[in-house]
Amino acid sequence: MHDFEYIRPKTIAEAVNFLDSQGSNVRILAGGTDLIIQLRNNDIQPSFILDLKNIPELQTGIQIKNGFVSISATVTMSDIILDPLINQYFPALVDAAKVVGSVQIRNRATLVGNICNASPAADGAPPLLVYGADIIAVGTKGTRRIPLNDFFVRSGETTLQKGELVVSIEIPLPIKKMGAAHVRRTRRRGHDLASVTLCCGVEETGKVRLCYGSVGPRPVLVIDDSGVLADEKASEEAKAEIFERMFAQASPSKKSMRASPAYRLAMLRVLGKQALELAISRLNEGGGK
Amino acid sequence: MNKLIPVEMDINNQHYKLEIPPNKRLLDVLRDDLDLIATKECCGIGECGACTVLVNGKAINSCLMLAVEADGAKILTAEGLSDNGRLDSLQEAFLEKGAVQCGFCIPGQLISAKYLLTQNPHPTHEEVVEGMAGNLCRCGGYERIIEAVISAAEKAEEKK
Repeated sequence: MHDFEYIRPKTIAEAVNFLDSQGSNVRILAGGTDLIIQLRNNDIQPSFILDLKNIPELQTGIQIKNGFVSISATVTMSDIILDPLINQYFPALVDAAKVVGSVQIRNRATLVGNICNASPAADGAPPLLVYGADIIAVGTKGTRRIPLNDFFVRSGETTLQKGELVVSIEIPLPIKKMGAAHVRRTRRRGHDLASVTLCCGVEETGKVRLCYGSVGPRPVLVIDDSGVLADEKASEEAKAEIFERMFAQASPSKKSMRASPAYRLAMLRVLGKQALELAISRLNEGGGK
Repeated sequence: MNKLIPVEMDINNQHYKLEIPPNKRLLDVLRDDLDLIATKECCGIGECGACTVLVNGKAINSCLMLAVEADGAKILTAEGLSDNGRLDSLQEAFLEKGAVQCGFCIPGQLISAKYLLTQNPHPTHEEVVEGMAGNLCRCGGYERIIEAVISAAEKAEEKK
């Protein structure tokens, strides 16, 4: 591992000022499960590593704040899995947190880090997009609320500006009943990154929010208002037609080693049906409201 | 650059005051500086679990943590499982069930099993599989390892 300086600020303001002055020479450390591998492999050689874990303002965990559930930047996947608020309102996010890496990884990896790395395969992304989450970013000019759908650009690239730090993710408390579920396909359970990820949310009005990842440069959110997918009496053909329209933006890379484009596209259809069924059964059980 | 950072940690109930360069992983400090060589390096990328230790009661991969991050932490490695030469019930169970073959992955397996039983004192077979999914065994001794974990859990229950 090359030499770097280790910075451990005590406030958000201190961290943001440092980021603003040093820009791309700094990499942020929260859980480190991606960062330390990149350092080890010399894929990146930052001059500074800025550790967020000594900032009390970022240790607020998971709490309700002005109609949102706020998840601070140090919250790990294990914290998400155990949290009663998340289990009550956002079970699809629990589904996603449970399939990230192994126990050891989930004890360190943060949800905010998962999103900031902007991997198309990030398990946290589809449920957060389905639930309409926002990114809260602080810079020297103030705080910005960025809808997650406007945050992702392409693999590893977000609309975060120089000097900005993501301090939390906020998910609106549900106003309407919605059942949602996150599923994924992977080569090996317990370790591997996802070959396909998909989250489906069904509102009681029949509106369906579908988000899929790992089949293009960024996760894709699509919404269907027809009500066909949630309609028990609708034919399989009619549902398949809606799904086809929703999956139109999938464009898996030929270069990925994890799965071929044909396999990913086929599995997208399988996962779509699977998540839809689970989402509908969760809606019928009360829909997290 | 590479200035040393003062770090204090409790490892296996012993207090250490160290000066550590920031680019050293916790794994390197344990093995190279403190000679606590039960913790193993294998994949180095958080996939095999041979380097698993408990940091503040949580199982983590010590290859994916800078040692400076552990400032103020309480750490348990496999060396800390036994008490004055008396083996931990998990170690006993691993021996009894023949769960140790080449032995390389075992310190990590033991720490993961320790963590699993603190979270879930009576795991099912399926829960042990899930809880220990981050620990690979190239000898393929999984069934006996799982048996040993379940057996240690049952014995702890009998003692109550």
